[in-house]
Amino acid sequence: MSILSKKSKVALTDPMLGNNPISVQVLGICSALAVTVKMETAIVMTLAVIFVLTMSNTIVSLLRNFIPNRVRIIVMLAVIASLVILTDQILKAYVYDISKQLSVFVGLIITNCIVMGRAEAFATKNSVGQSFLDGFGNALGYGIYLLAVSFFRELFGSGTVLNFQVIPDSFYAGGYENVGLFVLSPGAFIILGLIIWFQSTITKFEED
Amino acid sequence: MRSNLYILLFMTAITIVLGFMLSIAATSLEARQDFNVEVDIKKNILSSLNIPEDKDQKISQEEIEKLYDENILTINVGEDGKRIETGGIPVYIAGESDEISGYSIPVSGKGLWSTIYGYIALESDGETVKGIKFYKHGETPGLGGELEKEWFTSNYIGKKIYDPSGGLVSIEIVKGVVNPNNEKAIHQVDGISGSTLTTKGMNQFIKEDLETYKPFLDRVRAGEVIL
Repeated sequence: MSILSKKSKVALTDPMLGNNPISVQVLGICSALAVTVKMETAIVMTLAVIFVLTMSNTIVSLLRNFIPNRVRIIVMLAVIASLVILTDQILKAYVYDISKQLSVFVGLIITNCIVMGRAEAFATKNSVGQSFLDGFGNALGYGIYLLAVSFFRELFGSGTVLNFQVIPDSFYAGGYENVGLFVLSPGAFIILGLIIWFQSTITKFEED
Repeated sequence: MRSNLYILLFMTAITIVLGFMLSIAATSLEARQDFNVEVDIKKNILSSLNIPEDKDQKISQEEIEKLYDENILTINVGEDGKRIETGGIPVYIAGESDEISGYSIPVSGKGLWSTIYGYIALESDGETVKGIKFYKHGETPGLGGELEKEWFTSNYIGKKIYDPSGGLVSIEIVKGVVNPNNEKAIHQVDGISGSTLTTKGMNQFIKEDLETYKPFLDRVRAGEVIL
């Protein structure tokens, strides 16, 4: 007897790989490109999305029997927007420098298709517990890719990982240079493309 | 299908609950946020004056406050450029009274989408740019938003805001790269591609703000006693 029922387990783990919001559904790309120059910002963004997505799924699921069908999108948007503003306020109060780097992209979580998509596709039809897990799983699935992309971008673009220099000075002395392309958005596209390619080769995923 | 009355009541309730929650959060976090902004402003004044010299070094909020208290003296100047006790416009001075190392003055104005705020610091001669720093803006990231980046702001360092005859010419952001053979090159910096309107606004407000401080800067240039 496992702790989670089979359905809950699927809700939690499916978005991590098999149905990943970034690599399979290709949602939330805008922010995935914008905040992955450094791992530090990617981590904070991941935490912010985990908070917003888990909470919005839970709240929408809690209210699912009370929300009038005709205005459901507006209600979801109100819930999501409030959570995002709350997150933004907290970041401004406690990690001001990082919130300045994330600038508009925290606010743009509101328009992140993953959040709205999960509320509409999952939370309106499933129990609170499963919606919670689904939200957490999707946010984590999003976060894993954010971290992977930012790891390579920071490594090749700035020669650091989490602001620690990992490429030794002797490399630079020998003529090695940071690849400026990876600091810019096209670099993120290339890395993301390679990761998706790598993943679909392993999972033998084919779009129908 | 629910009745219209139900929908109306439901939406009202949800708006009130969410609005209430957000106002509580905003009010309770306000003090901390204001403190962060205040420290950030001090950090930017220091940064425009090249303090600390090592820019990559991470310093804590306490250290910023300490550095600021040790290094910066704020005075107000009136329309004639002389120091006054109240009112007037602020000047942030680095160094000791007999050995001033720089003057930082606030600049702000419209870019393309937003008001841009920053500080421009001048050397003790009152005409050579020591540093410039923009700390708040809402320009497009990657285009106009590049104005806060080191590669752009470092171009200002060493440029002159006065021409040899003593006229205030400010510093102009050109399109593309500055031609070093142009006689105006000392008053120009490289542009940011894709941000014509942002830089147009910046050229204008930097010039206007420097004009406002002209009486003060003239006194600095003439070597008069400032403090």
